[in-house]
Amino acid sequence: MSNETTHALAFSPDDLPQAESFFKPHRIVLIALFVGLVLGIAIFMRWDWLPRYMPRLGSGILVSLAMLFSTSILGFLLAIPLGLVQVTGPWFLKGPARLFCTVIRGTPLLLQLWLLYYGLGSLFPQFPTIRQSFLWPYLREAWPYGVAALTISFAAYEGEVMRGAFAGVPQGELEAARAYGMGRWTMFRRIWLPRAVHRALPTLTGETVLQLKSTPLVATITVIDVYAVISKVRQETFLTYEPLLLLALIYLCLTGLLVLAFRYFENRIPTRGA
Amino acid sequence: MTDTAEAVAVSDLHKRFGPLEVLKGVSLSAKRGDVIAIIGGSGSGKSTLLRCINMLELPSAGTVSVHGEEIRMKPDGHGGLVPADRKQVQRIRTRLGMVFQSFNLWQHMTIIENVIEAPVHVLGSSKAEAMETAEALLRRVGLYEKKDAYPAFLSGGQQQRAAIARALAIQPLVMLFDEPTSALDPELVGEVLSVIGDLAREKRTMILVTHEMKFARSVANHIVFLHNGIIEEQGPPEDIFGAPKSERLKKFISSIH
Repeated sequence: MSNETTHALAFSPDDLPQAESFFKPHRIVLIALFVGLVLGIAIFMRWDWLPRYMPRLGSGILVSLAMLFSTSILGFLLAIPLGLVQVTGPWFLKGPARLFCTVIRGTPLLLQLWLLYYGLGSLFPQFPTIRQSFLWPYLREAWPYGVAALTISFAAYEGEVMRGAFAGVPQGELEAARAYGMGRWTMFRRIWLPRAVHRALPTLTGETVLQLKSTPLVATITVIDVYAVISKVRQETFLTYEPLLLLALIYLCLTGLLVLAFRYFENRIPTRGA
Repeated sequence: MTDTAEAVAVSDLHKRFGPLEVLKGVSLSAKRGDVIAIIGGSGSGKSTLLRCINMLELPSAGTVSVHGEEIRMKPDGHGGLVPADRKQVQRIRTRLGMVFQSFNLWQHMTIIENVIEAPVHVLGSSKAEAMETAEALLRRVGLYEKKDAYPAFLSGGQQQRAAIARALAIQPLVMLFDEPTSALDPELVGEVLSVIGDLAREKRTMILVTHEMKFARSVANHIVFLHNGIIEEQGPPEDIFGAPKSERLKKFISSIH
């Protein structure tokens, strides 16, 4: 029995093919083809520009990651109340939350971003109070609008995910919490929220990966993320494929790291069956 | 705080779900050391009665007292009652150890985390102290080896024994069992009943809703037969099972055997 538990706790070894089954003829052919492709790309395509752009690419990746993490965390913090009020809230909170999720999920992120940046961003300077406030140095920049748009979008999608997750926690477990004298806040903090997040984790992994791939949109409002750096490379070197292939590789690596990190958290609490 | 005080006293309890009156004025009292078994057919209101004691179900009328302290209620404006003081209900609930039909262990916590949860986060015990108590309780219900497993990896019988340990961990004045073996496979019923039987033998106050008539007869000192929301008959097990007076009880007992 305990064997079973440790097995499930282990870092998903059954996801990977075993060593002896890995080197089958068809796999060896595929691996050889892939290695050949990578070598071909490395040898026959032009990469001499790469060292020159390394520092900028590095800072571009950091900007992309900063966009991803800040907006995912802020968005998720907003998603918790958005999901919760849709499950238990009074009508005057439930309605607006549902409306918010519907509207944001029903319109393109690019549109929201542009409405914020070109719309609000051009309205703000007309108000002297805003121009004189301590926020003005930030509101003149582009990135706050990018953070705002991505946060709002993530909050709306995750609000729906959390609504389902909160509603899906078995009533009996909440009843048990009440039966042992827990107050509402303790019950929420100790039972309802952790249980809901655990249920939602596999979905959140996918949504965070999607969020990573939404971040290039901020390049359209002059934020210099890794996508913007690559665009610059293309303009300056007149190369098409090399920078784009590199960009694809960068996003692939970032996605892989994200998925591994989330899987670690998922596996901390083994589930059986579901 | 004397031993003569009634551990639980329910007086003239009514419970309505819409037009349906499930409890029609039930009174019940449990002294320290009493083991009371509530029996009756499905829909007789026995689970509702038990759940009204710790206010998981709010009674429509009537009073509940635990250890001489009456739970204060106020009208909810729709003809029912709500607790006047939520803090009082929370405090009283910590004196009642509830065991559910479907275990209701918290699935995101290991067994030992389930057991120390209420002592640490409701009663404010230190973690070390709670761990010590929890380990002793798990040894007692025969689950010490499983203390770091998650509930989903345990059999139903093991889960229910863990749930009993969790209820005992708050050191309740009264244990409430809501059909503790009804969700179990027949071969797992015995292990749970033997744990409950041990508790009864050490004179722990218990109120138990059950379908296990033989078990009720052997551990309880008082049997309550509920029918259609009223107590049809009550008394010591020998009388209830040996010499039932009401026709309905006679019919119920013959339908069980």
